[in-house]
Amino acid sequence: MSFEPKITLFSCHYASQQSCAEKGKELQQLGFPASINLVRVPCTGKVQVTTLLQAFEDGADGVYVVGCPVDGCHNVKGSVRAAKRVAAVKKALEELDVESGRIEMFHLPRGLHPEFVATGLAMDKKIRALGPSPFQS
Amino acid sequence: MIVAERKPMAEIIGMVKDCSKVLVLACRGCVTVCSAGGEREAAALASLIRLGMKKEGKAIQVIEGSLVRQCDKEYIDAIDEWDGQYDAIVSTACGVGVNFIANLRKETMVYPALNTTFFGGSAEQGIWTEQCAGCGNCVLHLTGGLCPVARCAKSLMNGPCGGSVGGRCEINKDTECIWQSIHDRLGSFGKQSQMETIAPIRDWSTAGHGGPRKSVRNDLTL
Repeated sequence: MSFEPKITLFSCHYASQQSCAEKGKELQQLGFPASINLVRVPCTGKVQVTTLLQAFEDGADGVYVVGCPVDGCHNVKGSVRAAKRVAAVKKALEELDVESGRIEMFHLPRGLHPEFVATGLAMDKKIRALGPSPFQS
Repeated sequence: MIVAERKPMAEIIGMVKDCSKVLVLACRGCVTVCSAGGEREAAALASLIRLGMKKEGKAIQVIEGSLVRQCDKEYIDAIDEWDGQYDAIVSTACGVGVNFIANLRKETMVYPALNTTFFGGSAEQGIWTEQCAGCGNCVLHLTGGLCPVARCAKSLMNGPCGGSVGGRCEINKDTECIWQSIHDRLGSFGKQSQMETIAPIRDWSTAGHGGPRKSVRNDLTL
């Protein structure tokens, strides 16, 4: 049986501007995976550990966060804080004997750029390889 | 403050594996300040318990609550609010809180979510260090305010051991030799000679070696 993953992406307002281009159609046109549910946040520094865990509770097979470059965050340290929280969830997943690769952090440039789509494709590929979340049983 | 850290999830899941509903109970005292067992950490733990049990194919209801502190009877009484809604409490308080719940609620099973580690302070954001051992016989007036009981790996009372090198402890090079620091600090006040006074053999009964300790203030008792 084929597996269609559910992936939740938390992206900051600045790194995900592409999602607004062409009335929101550009990402789709560029091949951004349909498996990804994009949640835009004002700053990834606002994303708490509980927010990330809730995404898994809500049925995500994978979760990732896209924030500003480490040395170029609009809110100075927001994306660094997000990366640390993603690392904390990775550790917690390991404690539960679940693949830590089900959650990732990416620091991407602002505005329109190909990396945003590329990371989406990479996450889609990775989660398809990992299979359904063990929290679905 | 009392500093603590969350136990490994496998250990916590092992505690609650036979429960169908648990109350994760946060403490808004010390463990909130050291980010181990406040409301935010309790919410994350509740989520991890739900996920961990789901992974094991077991259903569990997890509710969250919090108390101002878990080390006073009047606050423990507030647990009545959740009566009938749980099989066990998973407390994110320090060991004192867990003991208080066990002392005062005979019918309630309580499990510790944290390992209580030490009395310490926040050296910098996200980092806590041990400063006091609660030994019950403070010598800080003799040591420039720096504690040799808590901060010397060997709790030496008469200066550094032979392993102190370059101001670092031989047990762990990341740790300062507190006796070096005491020497330097007393020196800055021109009081190094204080170190020449031999500290007598210490009576450790006040440090818990004489059994559990108790403090009574007759001016406060009813």
